[in-house]
Amino acid sequence: MNIIGKSVIRKEAPDKVTGKARYTDDFSSAGIYHARLVTSPFAHALIKSIDTREAEKVSGVRAILTGEGLPLTGEEITDRPPLAQGKVRHHGEAVCLVVAEKLDKAALAASLIKVDYEPLSAVNSPSQAYQAGAPLVHEHVEHYKRGQNVYPEPGTNIAHKTKIRKGDLSRGIGESAVFVEGRYSFGPSDHAAIETRSCTAEIRADGDVLITSSSQAPFMIKKLIGSYFDIEAGKIIVKTPLVGGAYGGKASVQWEFLAFIASRAVGGKRVKLRYMREEDILTAPCHIGLDATIRLGCTSEGILKSAEILYLFDGGAYADKSPDLCRAGAVDCTGPYHIEHIWCDSYCLYTNHPYPAPFRGFAHSEVLFAFERTMDLLAKKLGMDPLELRFKNAILPGHTTPTQVLVNKSNVGDVRGCIQRLKDIMEEEWEPNAGHDPRKVRAAGIACVWKNSTIDTNASSGVILTFNPDGSVNLMSGVVEIGTGTKTILAQMLAEKLRLPVEMIHVKMTVDTQTTPEHWKTVASRGTLMGGRAVMAAAEDAIRQIKEIASCALRVREEDLDIDSGRVFVKAEPEIGLSFKEVVYGYTYPNGNAIGGQIIGRGSYILRNMTNIDKETGAGRPGPEWAVGAQAVQVEFDTRDCTYRILKAISVVDIGRVLNERAARGQVMGAMSMGLSFAGRETFYFDEMGRVLNFQLRTYRPIRYGEQPKYVVEFVNTPHVEAPFGARGAGEHGLLGMPAALANALSIAAGVEMIHLPLIPELIWRTLQEGKR
Amino acid sequence: MPETNKKVLILSVNDEDKDIVFRPADTLLGVLRGKLGLTGAKPGCLNGDCGACTVLVDGIPMKSCIMLAIEAEGHKVTTIEGLINTKTQASFIKHFAFQCGYCTPGFIMVCHSLAEKQPHADKAVIKEWMQSNICRCTSYQEIEEAVASILAEE
Repeated sequence: MNIIGKSVIRKEAPDKVTGKARYTDDFSSAGIYHARLVTSPFAHALIKSIDTREAEKVSGVRAILTGEGLPLTGEEITDRPPLAQGKVRHHGEAVCLVVAEKLDKAALAASLIKVDYEPLSAVNSPSQAYQAGAPLVHEHVEHYKRGQNVYPEPGTNIAHKTKIRKGDLSRGIGESAVFVEGRYSFGPSDHAAIETRSCTAEIRADGDVLITSSSQAPFMIKKLIGSYFDIEAGKIIVKTPLVGGAYGGKASVQWEFLAFIASRAVGGKRVKLRYMREEDILTAPCHIGLDATIRLGCTSEGILKSAEILYLFDGGAYADKSPDLCRAGAVDCTGPYHIEHIWCDSYCLYTNHPYPAPFRGFAHSEVLFAFERTMDLLAKKLGMDPLELRFKNAILPGHTTPTQVLVNKSNVGDVRGCIQRLKDIMEEEWEPNAGHDPRKVRAAGIACVWKNSTIDTNASSGVILTFNPDGSVNLMSGVVEIGTGTKTILAQMLAEKLRLPVEMIHVKMTVDTQTTPEHWKTVASRGTLMGGRAVMAAAEDAIRQIKEIASCALRVREEDLDIDSGRVFVKAEPEIGLSFKEVVYGYTYPNGNAIGGQIIGRGSYILRNMTNIDKETGAGRPGPEWAVGAQAVQVEFDTRDCTYRILKAISVVDIGRVLNERAARGQVMGAMSMGLSFAGRETFYFDEMGRVLNFQLRTYRPIRYGEQPKYVVEFVNTPHVEAPFGARGAGEHGLLGMPAALANALSIAAGVEMIHLPLIPELIWRTLQEGKR
Repeated sequence: MPETNKKVLILSVNDEDKDIVFRPADTLLGVLRGKLGLTGAKPGCLNGDCGACTVLVDGIPMKSCIMLAIEAEGHKVTTIEGLINTKTQASFIKHFAFQCGYCTPGFIMVCHSLAEKQPHADKAVIKEWMQSNICRCTSYQEIEEAVASILAEE
């Protein structure tokens, strides 16, 4: 068999080009009720009164809900009412929910609800939130329930703080001869998946709660609805069909609570809530912002000795996953380098901004923007090539990470290998100035990246395999197909292991928490490791059963048997054997006797030896491995008007093993595109009251066709020993270095240090003007 | 509050005539999805910004979220469900020109129309056509390859 590495077409491809692929909002909905939201026009305000009288008169309106009496929600800190209670804390926060027989009636009624607000001054950045005397977003954070590893500080806007204390900073400073310091900031932005969040909810007569949601975390929906609304877990059934883009934004649970309470308010009738784009941007969780200060010290030869880091994450109005993002940013607070002395304080701060969900890269592209910019400052001060500085300091086996994990060949990829390959490609791909236009300057910027996952230490994944009478296999995994093609990758692994053509593997796309084994959440580039290990275990279980039945039928020992191409046979005499179809539903002897029964393969995997990180030092093992990469961006900058074109974007990623060549390239290139879009174009523009000014795709404008550079992607293959076929997670890594590399390129081209995102021409122009003053 | 007046409309969709009871305010997208079960055209912004709802009206790409159903009367509407085994569809598969697949019907409709109307389109024209839509998963390089291969065949 030779299926691993092949560019197998994704299983659902024919459905996706014919309109047959179905997403949450595409299922027939005759008789369904519709819910619409009333959201806050203010970022921070007291709710003085809510007048629903006119809305109630609209025909077909079945219920109008406000926040009173609803339980608080939130994964890390339960600080968030599903509908605002007494106060709104961000623009777009859900205030009322109207349920009606028809969508247009729900919308009409929502428009007739009058909410009287008393605006309060807004906390408009994490730096402002951090200052003493800042308005408090949550007055009594001490009253909230919280996870055991979350440390809010009452009386402040601090929702969480993670400390990294590795080595001895003062010693590191003493050993350093050259220092640089950089300050950086960027605001929140959005995932902008083209499918807006959508959910239907229904409560059956027997109390079963049926939810269908466009989610990366159907099993978390089940768990959270159960715990907040006090319902037995077994009575909650969550389905997730194909998801129309997620990028972390659908890993948070939010709109599902609203759909659930809407259904509950109308006697359990099926209710649909589909977010408008404006709600998807403002009401649903967004992409985190960050203010950062980094001080690096190195020897005169450029050996890094000290890193002193302050990260102030924009945790937004509610904590949800932001303490975790703040923790993940601290865990990998530096680039992929060996630094003996690291001091990092990473804060998650409440502000009056929309609150963040995970975003592809989970705080890594964000901290790497700051860190890799500072590395360029250091290279400049040393007069050293930026690639050489990174090569010299690359983390190697025997070193330790910021959380003091000992590095070996398996748990961290080959940083130096990536840098070397990047250098070669940059030389091959470099296009010098055409020379005609003196206004145009070309420059390349680079960044090195790494990422481990910081997910629950007991996150697990399961797989069930059943066989069909023709000997083909059904693969059921809790991994959600969000576009990454992971389910096809799992099918390839299974085909390889069972030595079957991949066409003989049938993948169940829809996740159903009642019948699909759990996969914790489809996040963190861990589908291939965790889902993959579960597939391998399930395949081994099935193979063992096949051999057991065949050994009986063929009167040979199990260890004398092998499988290939849908047959189980005697190794020494391959012509003696049985086809899978004679075995997988039990074997029947000529006289009618039968043994076995349907073969059901089962496998599960749980991450090994994960630990929470220490509160005081950050020491701990939060994830199984770091995939690494080196990236470059080449720009052509117009010195007259500060516009620029991105000519090329290059990624070299140590992917361990390529499982599906085109799919892997697609993941890396797509992530690069998203990273360049985040770096160059995307942000929320806030007014001084903390209101978002651009909450439509007309004014929030991701990269469009024709604006892309040429993408070059190459892989280095250093196996992660514990992963199936040695593969490393790679759904996010293409994104990680793009903001830093683009900013490094533009800093060189414009001759001024770029310290904010997004890198729009106006920002470059302003930065140049400030430099002149 | 008074009920809006429902009307009856005959729409030609994918070469079939359909009788539809509708509200004058209903968009073409709403009718295709809600009344005809043609869910290939997707809601993405309902504001004409993202292109996920693109269908062909008399062969020309239209964002069905900003067109009223009644405006489509007397015209031939083609949705992704009306495309069977076209080169565009095959090319999108071959070039891995989609991931989550949500924007894909819209992109395919634009691309299909482009290939029919302007088979010799140059890069600038292709860009002008394809900029109407947003893909958030791919890098567009894959879509560029898919488009190029379709036009090259024409």
